[in-house]
Amino acid sequence: MESTRTEPPRLVYLTELTGMRLIGPRGARIGRVREVAVFPRDHPRRVSRFLFGPGRTRFSVRWDQVLSIRQNGIRLSGESFTPYYGDDYHLLLTKDLLDQQIIDVNGRKVVRVNDIALRVVRNGAAQLWVHEVGVGLQGAFRRLTEGLLPNAAIRAIQGRLPRNSIPWEACNIVEPDPQRRLRLLISLDRLSGLHPADLADIVEELGSEEREAVFESLAEEFAAETLEEVRPAVRSAILRSLDRGRAADILEEMDPAEAAAVLANLGERERAGIVGDMESEPAGEVEELLEYEKDTAAGMMGARFLARPSSATCGEIVRWLRGRDSLLKRLTHVFLLDAGGRLKATVPFGRLLVAVPDEAAISLAYRETVRVGLEADSGEVVELFDKYNLHTLPVVDGDGRLQGAITADDVIAALSHETERGL
Amino acid sequence: MPLVRGLKGRLTAFLAVLGPGFITAMVDNDAGGIFTYSEAGARWGYLPLWTLLPITLLLIVNQEMCARMGAVTGKGLSDLIREEFGLRMTVIVMGLVLAVNFANIAANFAGIAGAMELLPVSRHVSVPLGALLVWGLVIKGTYQSVEKVFLVASAFYVAYVVSAILVGPDWGAALSSSVRPVLIPELPYLAVLVGLVGTSVAPWMQFYLQAAIVEKGIDSTQYRATRVEVISGCVVMALVAFFIIVACAGAIWEHGPRPIESAAEAAEALRPLGGSAYALFAGGLLCASLFAASILPLSTAYTVCEGLGLESGVDHDFDEAPSFYWLYTLLIVLGAGVVLVPGFPIVPMILLSQVLNGLLLPVVMVIILLLINRRELMHEWTNGPLYNALAWIAVAVMAALAVSLAALTLLPRA
Repeated sequence: MESTRTEPPRLVYLTELTGMRLIGPRGARIGRVREVAVFPRDHPRRVSRFLFGPGRTRFSVRWDQVLSIRQNGIRLSGESFTPYYGDDYHLLLTKDLLDQQIIDVNGRKVVRVNDIALRVVRNGAAQLWVHEVGVGLQGAFRRLTEGLLPNAAIRAIQGRLPRNSIPWEACNIVEPDPQRRLRLLISLDRLSGLHPADLADIVEELGSEEREAVFESLAEEFAAETLEEVRPAVRSAILRSLDRGRAADILEEMDPAEAAAVLANLGERERAGIVGDMESEPAGEVEELLEYEKDTAAGMMGARFLARPSSATCGEIVRWLRGRDSLLKRLTHVFLLDAGGRLKATVPFGRLLVAVPDEAAISLAYRETVRVGLEADSGEVVELFDKYNLHTLPVVDGDGRLQGAITADDVIAALSHETERGL
Repeated sequence: MPLVRGLKGRLTAFLAVLGPGFITAMVDNDAGGIFTYSEAGARWGYLPLWTLLPITLLLIVNQEMCARMGAVTGKGLSDLIREEFGLRMTVIVMGLVLAVNFANIAANFAGIAGAMELLPVSRHVSVPLGALLVWGLVIKGTYQSVEKVFLVASAFYVAYVVSAILVGPDWGAALSSSVRPVLIPELPYLAVLVGLVGTSVAPWMQFYLQAAIVEKGIDSTQYRATRVEVISGCVVMALVAFFIIVACAGAIWEHGPRPIESAAEAAEALRPLGGSAYALFAGGLLCASLFAASILPLSTAYTVCEGLGLESGVDHDFDEAPSFYWLYTLLIVLGAGVVLVPGFPIVPMILLSQVLNGLLLPVVMVIILLLINRRELMHEWTNGPLYNALAWIAVAVMAALAVSLAALTLLPRA
């Protein structure tokens, strides 16, 4: 379908299109374009309807009734127009897109639509295809001067301004209504290609309904990773907006410590509701973590850690680790425990790699097993990390039994949070 | 243990939500506020006190609507203006907000100058230093920690309460004036009225509060607690205004009504507090001015960039959000620069900025009312009919005030 010519595409801007004359087959002036609609189920970018009419009345011209599209008007082949009462399957470019926020997947940010450029495609008769979305000064200039200056003058001046536009295929419309999303074939699949941290930044810029839409449509695991990166205040707002079961599903995918941190900001009843909907194992872990104060070692620690009996050999541990690669992204140490679950030693992964398989793991452990009690405050934890240059710090209860581990990541998060709150 | 936890949790929840409404109300009593209330009391005595009740109501209505919009939509006011009214309208509104806020920023630098000249420090030293301090606070990202210092410094207003009691004003007159409306068709009196409305219900507050609510992630489920906080902030603001006016009426007006032309004259209101009155007034005015001078440029740059779809916010750095930082810097540099122009009339300019607020307010309020009644935006959170009636009456009254002020200013006197 794409034309093979190499010359630059002939563009018509939405600002020019609205107000453009519709001319009948015998030269009769029929009206001026007020709005154009794309019908995504039929074609992803072709303008399917041109709407015109006085006041609030609208008539529609179908795309195949168009002969030619020029600056001085749109020439039509027929004169039979149908009244238009709105159609949920239509994307109205002015109403639905202009001035709204969209997500630029390539630029990984939220932008506001200033104008839309459409391309004239000659395929027998002329068609208009959505080409790109203007988010820069050029589009803004067109919007502000539209109707005040002649189109030719606007075109002459705009060339000097930065264009800043986003190709249509990189635009993600965030439609809050799931039904309408389905009807317009809007998918948020492409968001899954972003890094969770980038998507988290994007989500923070959106309004509450749009946020909800994003989190409703993401895969659970990805939603969980993204939610972990969102600012705490916004995070709890998102969780509250979601359906309880959905919130529980997403929390299950999170690290229990993160999940507990998110839940800690919710009200007692909301929290209980969501935890009640979670599967029993993660729910138990999370509930246990929720008992701890936020700024203690217990409140900072993750409940997932790697621990083996102190009698294990390196080979055994490496083999055991192979089955647990989902945990390996964050954890870098194995803890050795005695028969009573008490912490004996800490072994870094690096040493396991270079050791002979049947060497006793305990012989590779750090000379000193730095640990901290559940109730220790966060200041003490930070101090230990600093003093011993730690990457991970095991947390033990009063009897010396291992309860969890704090990683450098947790410490950085706590510190940056503290700076944000202004100490 | 669970009991302590529960208590602590509740306290944290309350403190967390204590932020936006209260901070906005405290910033509201900036240099402009102090001088406008002082002028009202010094020149007209207890007469203008009746405006405080309707003003408080007006402030509550405005702030409540914006807080509600922020909580329900999760979007800022300029975001909503852009989405619902389009780019052209946004540019017009942003232009007006920019101009009026700029006058407010200059007024607060004038406040810094006025306060320091009492000590006495030349404005050529104090204003550039103040500007640098304010600019650095945000660029270095230490604003959040300083905010608390400013909030504590707001306790300065207690000085007016003490002073008002010590000066022994005519409490009977003060109370009866508080409920007896008096309109005098004279330019200075009308200007004071518009100024009182403008300083108490400044348009920047609506933008700022809504942005702060969104920033805090407050949503409709938490809205009830926020509403209480917003309303109590408004009431505290009104009480401060009441005591400033009464203190000025008692200390200045009773000895001979006169307009306030310098910071030293305004400081007279604290004279009952003894020899340290000047220093106390200077310190309080300085803190209030610095507080507002930090928030106003930031809020203005944020509002404008947000509406125009430009990258904004202190989370981004200079390269990511150049327009935001340039606008922010320019507002401070020009706002401080204006004050240094030789012969710059500090107090009249401060008072004028508050009148400009009063003129812009009806425009902003109409926009807020149109937005908040859109069902597709607010769902079940739109205004009720009574609320709407009240708000539209307020718009009409303010528009009438603004028009009569303009008429009195423009028409040659007979």
